[in-house]
Amino acid sequence: MLKKLIVFLLIATLGYTLAVTLSSIPIGKNRIGSIENPETVAAYYLDKSPNDLKVANTITAVVVNFRGFDTLGEVSVLFLAATGLASILYRKEEEEEEENIRHISHRLNLPSSSLVQTGAKILFPLIIVLGIYVFIHGHLTPGGGFQGGAIIATGFLLMLVSYKGFETNHKVMVWLESLAGLGFVGVGVFGLVKYGSFLQNTGWTGNLNDLISGGLIPLIYIFVGIKVATELTNILDILLNIKPRKK
Amino acid sequence: MMDFQTLFEQNIEIITIAVYGTAIALIVIGLYAVLMKKHLVKIVIGLSIMDAGIHLLFVAVGYISGGTAPIFSPGSENAATTMVDPVPQALVLTAIVIGFAVTALALSLVIRLYKHHHTANIDQLNSLKW
Repeated sequence: MLKKLIVFLLIATLGYTLAVTLSSIPIGKNRIGSIENPETVAAYYLDKSPNDLKVANTITAVVVNFRGFDTLGEVSVLFLAATGLASILYRKEEEEEEENIRHISHRLNLPSSSLVQTGAKILFPLIIVLGIYVFIHGHLTPGGGFQGGAIIATGFLLMLVSYKGFETNHKVMVWLESLAGLGFVGVGVFGLVKYGSFLQNTGWTGNLNDLISGGLIPLIYIFVGIKVATELTNILDILLNIKPRKK
Repeated sequence: MMDFQTLFEQNIEIITIAVYGTAIALIVIGLYAVLMKKHLVKIVIGLSIMDAGIHLLFVAVGYISGGTAPIFSPGSENAATTMVDPVPQALVLTAIVIGFAVTALALSLVIRLYKHHHTANIDQLNSLKW
């Protein structure tokens, strides 16, 4: 009873504080200021992104260029989550609890209908192509490495739930993931060696709205896309195959 | 036929209450689930609901009346004055990924706890109590 009261008081205080604070922030008001003489961060980004970097999608410019180091940390967090998930759910074959495994594998062994299987087979390559399109055009259209990677992972999820025997090639996945991560860091070190600061973009940027523009930004987003796709696929694979693999 | 901007500015009070109210409600509901629910999966769902509320709040604060997405398309290279704030959107992109990582890790811990104790009720997970 006392716990309920304390929780209610806490929630009421939080809601009231948020409401009072937010009531002084008008919605839809222009807080950016002039773009030509930028005084806010947003105006600086909106000014630099099309004029200096030649990147059409300002959000990509912010995520990959202005806050590139932040994105490197974000990708590492995702990698740590995948590693932690694998190490927490990993178990040796002898420490199996029989009833649990039988329960899970019974459901996994039910074959999905041939309608689902045929549909998945047709949709799978199209989903992969859409994901690759999204992360290659990350600097031109909405989307980018994270979104494209998530789309590719949904394609693998479709195959994993449609075919009970479907397995991703672990060696290829690990190599792709490691190479993509190393590629991201390698681009950063390239900037450090050549221009004097980590993840520094090249001076050459091309034209606005060209596929090859923005210097190193498309390259970094392709690495991020591959890394996110393999990591999410690994997470889904681990969660769906709690039954350990036979060595 | 009124365009979206005039409609937005005429109903600004309702929209403010609706958007901020939804965000605050999501945060409060998520916190309630985290603090009061007994089932571990429900607690993880509460964390995700809180995440959604915070993302909505970020994007709402960055919105500018009549603004477009901060993407320059051919023919509108000088449209920066009519664009919404790109910074909250980039931060929400980061926050979504981190939220996903947190949810995945928390769910794996729930699975492990359930396998070990055969229950996901926090009242019965009392082996660390003294």
